[in-house]
Amino acid sequence: MSAMTPAGTPAATPAATPAANDVPARRVPPLGAFNVTLLRIELFRMLRNRRTIVFTLVLPAALLLTVGNQDGWDDKAGAGNVAAYILISMALYGAALTAAATGSMVAMERALGWSRQLRLTPLHPIAYILTKALVALCMGALAIAMVNLVGVLQGRAVMPTGVWVGAAFVTLFCTMTFAALGVFIGYLVPGENAMQILGPGLALLSFLGGVFIPIDQYAEVVRQVAYWTPMYGVAEVARSPLTHELPWFAIVNAVGWFAVFVLGAAWRMSKDTARV
Amino acid sequence: MTTPAVRLTGVTKDFGPVHAVRGIDLELAQGEVVAFLGPNGAGKTTTIDMILGLSQPTSGAAEVLGMAPRQAVAHGLVSAVMQTGGLIKDLTVRETVEYTASLFADTLPVDRALENAGITAIADRKVGKCSGGEQQRLRFAMALLPDPALLLLDEPTTGMDVEGRRTFWSAIRQDAEKGRTVLFATHYLEEADQYADRIVLISQGRIVADGSGAEIRALAEGRTVRATWPRETGEPDHAALAALPGVDQVDVRGEQVLVHAAKQGASDEVARFLLTRTPARDLEITSKNLEEAFLSLTAGAEQTQEATR
Repeated sequence: MSAMTPAGTPAATPAATPAANDVPARRVPPLGAFNVTLLRIELFRMLRNRRTIVFTLVLPAALLLTVGNQDGWDDKAGAGNVAAYILISMALYGAALTAAATGSMVAMERALGWSRQLRLTPLHPIAYILTKALVALCMGALAIAMVNLVGVLQGRAVMPTGVWVGAAFVTLFCTMTFAALGVFIGYLVPGENAMQILGPGLALLSFLGGVFIPIDQYAEVVRQVAYWTPMYGVAEVARSPLTHELPWFAIVNAVGWFAVFVLGAAWRMSKDTARV
Repeated sequence: MTTPAVRLTGVTKDFGPVHAVRGIDLELAQGEVVAFLGPNGAGKTTTIDMILGLSQPTSGAAEVLGMAPRQAVAHGLVSAVMQTGGLIKDLTVRETVEYTASLFADTLPVDRALENAGITAIADRKVGKCSGGEQQRLRFAMALLPDPALLLLDEPTTGMDVEGRRTFWSAIRQDAEKGRTVLFATHYLEEADQYADRIVLISQGRIVADGSGAEIRALAEGRTVRATWPRETGEPDHAALAALPGVDQVDVRGEQVLVHAAKQGASDEVARFLLTRTPARDLEITSKNLEEAFLSLTAGAEQTQEATR
């Protein structure tokens, strides 16, 4: 075969049904070409990526095992104990990192010219973003599941099952903010550099937002700044099933930053398609 | 079946102050293999982008098989292999084809597409590990998935050897016989001449010639008589020169008069006429090859355009 068709040579295409120039017989795919095959291939692609696996599964679990070892893990915290509080925080961190990494791939694919390639197909840009968002959610769910699994095996976290499940779902919901952040940063910082900013950046925001260290242990000045950072709101929201505490400004923070990142990503993307 | 595969009406495209396309009218019949020939920066890729709906004309309209370009893409009627189209390195060849196939309502089976492109053996290889030629085959496999009625190719054979090119074009021609229209951009004159039914020569964002390979070549055959027509003797008699037997083109550039005659012996008559019946002097007779014809046509457009500035 290869002897007959040198590099780049398509053999004659046997006529598919309907015939090539039978215009009225041609159909438009439903849902802007959104489909399960696409989702499956994207998901498998993420699962094969060694770096993603480290971010998603290994890092948050390792953090849980180290941070979760600190003194006073069995002190009471809301409806459970401190270990449960740490578990929810670590799950949020892992899921946020994963979602951001997935989001930043949109920009990487654009840099590679793949987005342009896709524009030669019926795939609608919204269907593309929806696929990426669902993949980010799935990967976030995986990170949350992994941290929870390690938490269960560790056997320290104590909280009612309802809280356990509720917190996991709220956390998953919160990760969408970081998927949007990933897309946004990905467009601002082209190519593979996005993750080099997102990785340390998210770690810093997590420290500031009270994900690694409870915010009331900070000095007053730091705390006043922390209230405004993007991790603070979602962390409070994610832990609220456990703590039963949710200050109004935490909700404003979570909703506000979600809006900022989604609008930022949408803004960069619309500018981008205008140029292409 | 009389709907043209492509219809461009007065299409222009500006990028800020740059006029990339300056007004193109073009109609391609179904089943034609057309070469879009021109030097780099002539506006070929910009025009193809507008046919695909990747960009909107600044003015004028583009229509594909009687539809708006994006609509034709959504129906799977148009495909393209573009220079800029990227591939994802960490997907396998099969996954890439599967991914693309899932986006069309009607498509060839993935295995068949792989087989047609001769990439069945490397189906499980990561795209990043494929050679440039293999990646190019993959792009064709993807483009042919929806069995498009119109196929646009941007410099398709760049990097192929002579034999590769020949096999490639025989496959393309076979598909054209079944009714597929093919428009390919190239800056290789020989390729346009050998493999296209029709050559559209584009330069500086305008069509400067449109015809069969033979017609374009005719512009190159024959001879050009060049003479100086002193300014003080008045304007050159354009009409009289054009009316001479065998003359197919008369250009006046300042004091220079260029008369092209395709027929054999006609150039002698032109020379005799110029020297005996007009004040022209400094006569020179040259013959052009295809490459020069191409250059003179495209350079001619450049000069016209300089003049209009």
